[in-house]
Formats: sequence, structure tokens, C-alpha cells
Amino acid sequence: MAPMIAVTDLWKVFGPRAGRIVGTPLADLPRAELRARTGCLAAVRDVSFDVEPGEVFVVMGLSGSGKSTLVRCLTRLIEPTSGEISIGGEPVRAMGPKRLRDLRRRQVAMVFQHFGLLPHRQVLDNVAYGLEIQGVPRAERHRKAGEVLALVGLDGHEHQYPDQLSGGMQQRVGLARALAADPEVLLFDEPFSALDPLIRRDMQAEVRRLHAEVGKTLVFITHDLAEALTLGDRIAVLRDGELVQVGTPEDLVGAPADSYVADFVRDVPRSDVLTLRWIMRDPGPDELCEDEPLSHRTVIRDAVHRVMRAERPIPVVDGDRRLGVIDADRMLAALVSHHRQVPA
Amino acid sequence: MTATSPPAVLRVTAAALVDATRRRGFWTRTVAAVLIVATVVAYLIFRTDGAADSDDAAAFRFFDSVRDWVDANRDTSPFFLYGVNYVRLGVRLLVDAVQAVLLGLGFAGLVAAVSAIGLVFAGWRTGLLAFGGFLAFGVLGLWEQSVDTLVLTVSAVLLSVLIGVPLGVLAARVRWVGATLRPVLDVMQIMPTFAYLAPMTLLFLIGEPAAVIATMIYAVPATIRITALGISEVPPTAVEAATALGSTRWQLLSKVRLPMARTTIVLAVNQTIMLALSMVVITALIDAPGLGQNIVNALQRVNVGAAFDAGVAIVILAVVLDRITTNAARRTRVHQNRRRRAIVAGGAIVAVIAAALITINPDRLPGYTFAEPVNDLVGWIELHWYDVTEGLKNGISAGILDPLETVLVTTPWWLFVLVVAAFGTLVSGWRAAGLAALAAAGIAGLGLWQHSMQTLATVLVAIALTMVIGVATGAFCARHDRLATAIRPVLDAAQTMPSFVYLLPAVALFGASRFTAIVAAVIFAVPPVVRLVERGLRDVPATVVEAATSAGSTPRQLLWKVQLPMARGGLLLAANQGIVMVLAMVVVGGLVGAGALGYDVVAGFSQRELFGEGLAAGLAIVLLGILLDRLTQGFHDSKGPRR
Repeated sequence: MAPMIAVTDLWKVFGPRAGRIVGTPLADLPRAELRARTGCLAAVRDVSFDVEPGEVFVVMGLSGSGKSTLVRCLTRLIEPTSGEISIGGEPVRAMGPKRLRDLRRRQVAMVFQHFGLLPHRQVLDNVAYGLEIQGVPRAERHRKAGEVLALVGLDGHEHQYPDQLSGGMQQRVGLARALAADPEVLLFDEPFSALDPLIRRDMQAEVRRLHAEVGKTLVFITHDLAEALTLGDRIAVLRDGELVQVGTPEDLVGAPADSYVADFVRDVPRSDVLTLRWIMRDPGPDELCEDEPLSHRTVIRDAVHRVMRAERPIPVVDGDRRLGVIDADRMLAALVSHHRQVPA
Repeated sequence: MTATSPPAVLRVTAAALVDATRRRGFWTRTVAAVLIVATVVAYLIFRTDGAADSDDAAAFRFFDSVRDWVDANRDTSPFFLYGVNYVRLGVRLLVDAVQAVLLGLGFAGLVAAVSAIGLVFAGWRTGLLAFGGFLAFGVLGLWEQSVDTLVLTVSAVLLSVLIGVPLGVLAARVRWVGATLRPVLDVMQIMPTFAYLAPMTLLFLIGEPAAVIATMIYAVPATIRITALGISEVPPTAVEAATALGSTRWQLLSKVRLPMARTTIVLAVNQTIMLALSMVVITALIDAPGLGQNIVNALQRVNVGAAFDAGVAIVILAVVLDRITTNAARRTRVHQNRRRRAIVAGGAIVAVIAAALITINPDRLPGYTFAEPVNDLVGWIELHWYDVTEGLKNGISAGILDPLETVLVTTPWWLFVLVVAAFGTLVSGWRAAGLAALAAAGIAGLGLWQHSMQTLATVLVAIALTMVIGVATGAFCARHDRLATAIRPVLDAAQTMPSFVYLLPAVALFGASRFTAIVAAVIFAVPPVVRLVERGLRDVPATVVEAATSAGSTPRQLLWKVQLPMARGGLLLAANQGIVMVLAMVVVGGLVGAGALGYDVVAGFSQRELFGEGLAAGLAIVLLGILLDRLTQGFHDSKGPRR
């Protein structure tokens, strides 16, 4: 299947005559040196990735790593310096102003860290704003806005104003506004960073539920590893504007690409993220095994009970094919070890 | 100890720096001392006999010839035929339309309409205030004049908003527009009101159109500035979110920026109205109808009682318009029930239409006039306080004003220019000093040296008094919260009152004299000075005050050694504001015996042969304004706190 979003060699350089940097030896300089030499800041450096339809793609990095700039480049809220972006197979950088507006109106919606709600409009009219500027008649856009408000659990609050709502509810309005035009792609720019932890967890559950219900393609920016691991089908780690690693949560935790990623994931409990594939071993010759196998996709934690109680090692299979076996020794080592696991 | 001290190199550099600073301070002081001595010596050697200004300076003749040219070509030159005359016609049509609406409503209708506007946009209290206030115009027997003043004010405000709001939006959104407008607005705001009346009459003749355009020029900088501020304060997050949803530029403006800036824009309208009203009253001097006429006539006869009613009416109008707009601005922040508001508005419209159908002759209302009691009071003051007021007046006139005036008038103009340049450079930097010196030279070139120096002397005395009173009161308010709370409404009220009104108490106490202008200027300029001083003092960080107190400072030491020095920025700003206001008022004082430039301007309006001199005087006032503003503003910029 063709990717929903394809980003190739994307650069964003801020500063005087930013265009001269890319494609010259200057581009290879480290960030600080580039800044000292040219006064330019390379916020996004040579980034390429694809996002599949229906996927939740998380971009993670510390503040200043360029992740917010990256997501704004996708719909050219920030104009990229060079590189290619295509959404739904269409090159975004070639779009004229009218086509670009249309893309923002119908195909790609965004949810912001600081909500960006309009304080002078009631909740209903905030949600309907996107439809209003498309020229949708009033009755119709209010009906649609009411529907998405119900979807995010805000029915009954239609006629309140944003400042009468709590932070979590305001972000639900932001979410509803993004959903109102039924876009194919939703971009989230650290949407829950401004919320307190309990509400953040609620909202993450909400996003998971919505993703299951409406099946959009999601690009999610966060600096919170736990959030990235819970939400992401795949995670891209960004450092100083460069992609360090793109992979599943398992890939990141099991096989960090470098010490930066390894540092990031150091405190993640492995057994919660890794699957049996990462800790199985080859069966010995003529070794007797349990009859009922475990799938190689089983998360370690979920297999603890069976493995520890079994008398013999349990086979790990991918469909009909046996990949290896798992026994109590391996399991114990995985549970207590903080050492890096090597994939089998 | 050694462990915490900085490396030797650093210490040496620091010592050198301190040394350099100290040496620079020493140099400045030495140079200042030398300059002062040189100035005194030069003055003693070169002083003139302070000859009176000629009636026939080159500048006057030039302006007269300009006037003659304009008069001769008014109906033939394309500049007038296709430009100025159409502007005049357009403004005339606007004024007529506004007048038709307001008069068409009739007495009952207009009272009802203003009350309804107050009720719907600003709440029932304001509605009641508006009702009482407008009824009072009838009771005072000043209904027609009040409506005339309102017509001119509304026309000028409509024009200002029509021009100012789009320009403000552009200034905030388009960098070069903002950069171009800023210096223009700066100059417009320091121009004393008197100065541009004469050019207006030259272009637009006397009467309503000239008055409305002069008023618009006076008021529109505030509209532009505050609108631009409101637009640029719109949070970028909301704009970005709306952009991400695919808004066009126009949609961003109409659905995001303007609605989010509306509170500030309503405040801009409020400021515009207040400035416009203040100016409309003054345009009585170029034959604009309204309450200003009553005041000007009465002042010229030094009949305070006769002017008092009109003064009260102006204050009422100012308070009503101010309350309606400030409360409306406050209300834009509160979310209201739309349906209820629609019902109230509908009811109000019906009531206004019904009231418009009733004809009430305001002359038949029970009347009341303050003329007699006020004149009695003035008489009583003259009788009983004569020694006090006369002593004060003569003391300050003979002790300070006259010597200062003599020195300034007998200074040769080139020495004055040199002194401005030298001391200006010392305190405000060469750029500000250069501009100020150019302005000083310009004054000399206009042939009004004596009058300009007389006006300057009056301004200097008034600003000194203003600063003494203002700083003392401000410091007092900053220390006593209760006093501050008590004084604040007085200051608020003072700032909404049109400048003309301030002449009344001054005239009541001191008759017609130069000193009267000083008193009016002080009353006019003290409130903003108090406010700025108080804010400056209160802005001194509490931790610093606490530290100084715990080191054992007495309250007096705290004030003189900590608070006042640290509030220097606020004090200098206050001085700058005060000077601009004092100049404006001293010039108006020309109406009540202050003579000099203000009188020249007024005489220029009324006597054809004095037109050129009047115009030159207006220009001299502007140059004086630039001179004083640059010196204090430059001082503020170069010595004030870095922000």
C-alpha cells in the first residue's frame, strides 16, 4: 500500500539566507558550529520517513529537537527549506496556496499543545470553525460539530465558552475541531503536555479509542517516552533535528540504535514492551517441550505465569513455524536483568 | 576568600571598567560645569535688549502670501478643485448626515437612544447615567449646543475609526507600514492642539469641516496605535490553529484577529472619543458650533459663571461617553446570553422609536443654571482670598517667571541654539540634541523670538510646579494605599475631562493672567504625572525595598536613596508626558491673558491681517514641542532603564 505521508530529505533551516546551507559542506556541521559560523539554525536535518495509512506514528525528542518544526513542515505551516513531502501521494511543496488551503481544510487537521481555541466563540462554533470557513451552511456544520462533540464526550457543553472549560476539556474541543472536517490525517503537536498527569492518561486512552473507532492516520509529537510507547505503532526518535531511529516500541527498547536512544529507554521495564522473540533461545537437541506453544508476539509480562509454572520449555512459534523455546531461566533473566537484550 | 574571588584577569578588567565608568562620570560633570560657566559668560557678554518681535517678519509675510495664493486659487487650482474641496464636501455631508440623525431623533428620542445604547452595551447603571446626563443638558438650557458638540464628536470619531482601524491593522501586520507610521504618529501626538487649527482653516475654511478634520488629526493617532497594539497582541497559537484549518488571510483577519482584538479596539474607540471631545471644544476657536463657543465667549469676558454651565455639560458628556465605552469594552470579555441580549436590544429599539415620536421641547424643562452661585462664589473668593491668590500670583510671577523670562528673551538666538545643542548632547545624545537644536533655530527663523521665549518661560515654570506637586503626590500615594485608593477615581475623572474645562477654576481663582495659564496647566498635567510616578515607585522590586529596610534605612532614606533613583525611568517618562501636556495648556492659556504664542494663534484666527503671524506662532509652538519632547525623551531613552 502506498504510504499516506512520505517525507524525503526534509530540511528546515532558520536564519539569514537559510537556502544556501543545504547541499553544501556547511550542512554537515554540528548544530552549534553551524549557528556560530552562519547564524542559522538547522531545526530539521535531512529527515526521511513514511507513515502508512491507519498507522499511529509518533515523533519523539527532547525540547529543541525540532519535532514541532517537523510536524509544521508537513502542511507547510512552516515552509521547509528543502526536501519532498507527499500526503496521499500528492507532493505538498508543489501545491499552490489554494490547493494547500484545501489540504488543510479537508485532508490534514492538527491538534495543538496550547489548544489554539478562539475565546470569543462558543464550543460549538469553535468546532464548526473549519467547516464554516469552507462555506458549509450553518445548520449542517452545527449538526456535524454536535456529532464530533459527542464523539469526544463533550455533549452538553456546546454553548459554553472555552475559558469556562478545564484544560482537558479544552483539548477535547481542540480534538473535536480537528475531527470535524473528517480529515484523513491528524497531526498532534504535544497535545497533552500542558495537562496534568491523570487527565493526560485519560486523553491518551481517548486517542486510542478514537483511533480504533475512526481509523485515521495519526502523527503524534511528544517528549514523553511513556506516551510514545503506549500510543505509537512506530516511533521516530529525533535529536538535534536528525532522525536517530525509526521503529516499533519493541525495536527501540530491544535494540536502541545508539547510546542516545538507549539512554532514553533505559528505565522502561523491558518485560512490558518486549515480546518473547527477544528472549527465546534455540531448543536443545531432542529437548522435550510443552505441547501448547506461545506466539512470538506475546509480551513477556503476559507469558510470565505460564512459563514459570510449566515443567518444560514452551515453544515460541510464528504461525506454524517454530522459532525457538522459552523456559523459566530465560524468563527470570529477562525479568531481573537490566542488561541489554540481544535479539535472537 | 581566595577560592571565591574571580580570576586575576577578570578582576583587572572589572577594575578597569569601574574606573572607566567613574572617569566618564567625572568627565560628564566637568564638561557640564565648564559648559555652565561658558553659558553664563557668553550670556553676560552677548545678551541683547530683548527687542519686541516685529509685526512684519519674513515668515509672516511668507505665510500671508501662502494664504493669499490659496484664497486666489481655491476655485481654480486642481489641488483644491479635485482634492481639498471634495474632502471638505465629503466631511460636510458626513456632519450633515450625523446631525440629521441626532436632530431627527428629537430630544426625547436622543435621550432614549443614548440610554438604550448604554443599557445594551454597558449595563443598566450606565444606561441610567446616560439618561440622567443627557436630561441634564436640557435642564442646563444647553441642549442645542450639546447636540452640536456631539455631532462634531461623532463625525470626527467615525472618520477616525474609518481611517484609524484599517491603518492600525496594517501597521500591526505589515512591517513597513508600521515602521513608516511610528515617527509620524510620534510627531502628531506631541503637536499641541492649537497648532494645526490655522492650517486647517487655510485649507478647509472655518466651520464644521475644518473642525472635524482637525479633531480627526488629533484623535486618530490613538485609534491607530491602540488598534495596532490589540492586533499584535492576538495570541499566535490561535492564529496558527486557524491557519492549520485552512483559513484564508481575510478569514484570519475577520474571524480570528479582529474578534480577538475587539476589547482593545473598543478601548481605542474610547480613547478616540475622549481626545475628539477635548478637541471639538477647542475648535470653537475656528467657529465650530457647540459648547466650546459658550466657554470661549465667557472666558474672553472672564465670566466664570457663564462658562461653568457649559463646562459641566462637557464634563457630563465626557463621563457618559467614557462610561459607555469603557464598560462596553469590559463587557466584551464577559460571555452573555445571546437571546437575552437580543430581547433587550429589540426592546430598546422599540422604546427609542416610540420616544422619537414624542416631541418634547427641552426649553420647557425646569431649568437650572450654575451661573449665579458660581459667580457669587468667585466673588466671595476674590473678596476673601484676594491677598492669598494675589500674593501667590505676584510672588511666583515676580520671583520666578519674570527673571526667567527676561533671561530667555535677552539671550541671543544663536546662543540658545548652541546651549540646546551642547546640553542636549550631554544629557540626551547627539541625535536628540541635533533635532532639538534644529527646532530652536527654526523658532528663531520664524521671527517670534520674544513670544516663544515668553511661552517657554511659562512652560518651564509650569512643568517645575507640576513635577514638584506630581512627584510629591505620587510618592505619597505609593506609600499610602488608602490615599491611593481615594485619589484614583479623582485621577480617572481628571483624565477624561477635556483640557478647556481646566481653565475655569484657574480663571475663577486668578483672573486673567500668565499665572492663570500656569495654574491650568498644572491642574491639567498633574494627574498623569501622579499616576506615572506612583507606578514607577510601586514597580521598584519589593526585595530591594526589603533589603534596604533591613539594612536600617529610614523611610526618608528609602525614598531618596532607593525608590526615587530606581524609579528614574518612570519619573522621566512622567516629565516627558507632563511637558507635552503643559505646553498644550499654556498655549490655550493665551485665551485668558497668558499672551505670547497662544494669543498670536488665536488672533490669527480672528484677524485677517494677523493670519501669517498666527500661522508662524502655531509652527513655533510645534517646534517648541519638538524641542522639549526630544530633550526629555532622549534623556529618557539614554538614561532610563534598559527594557
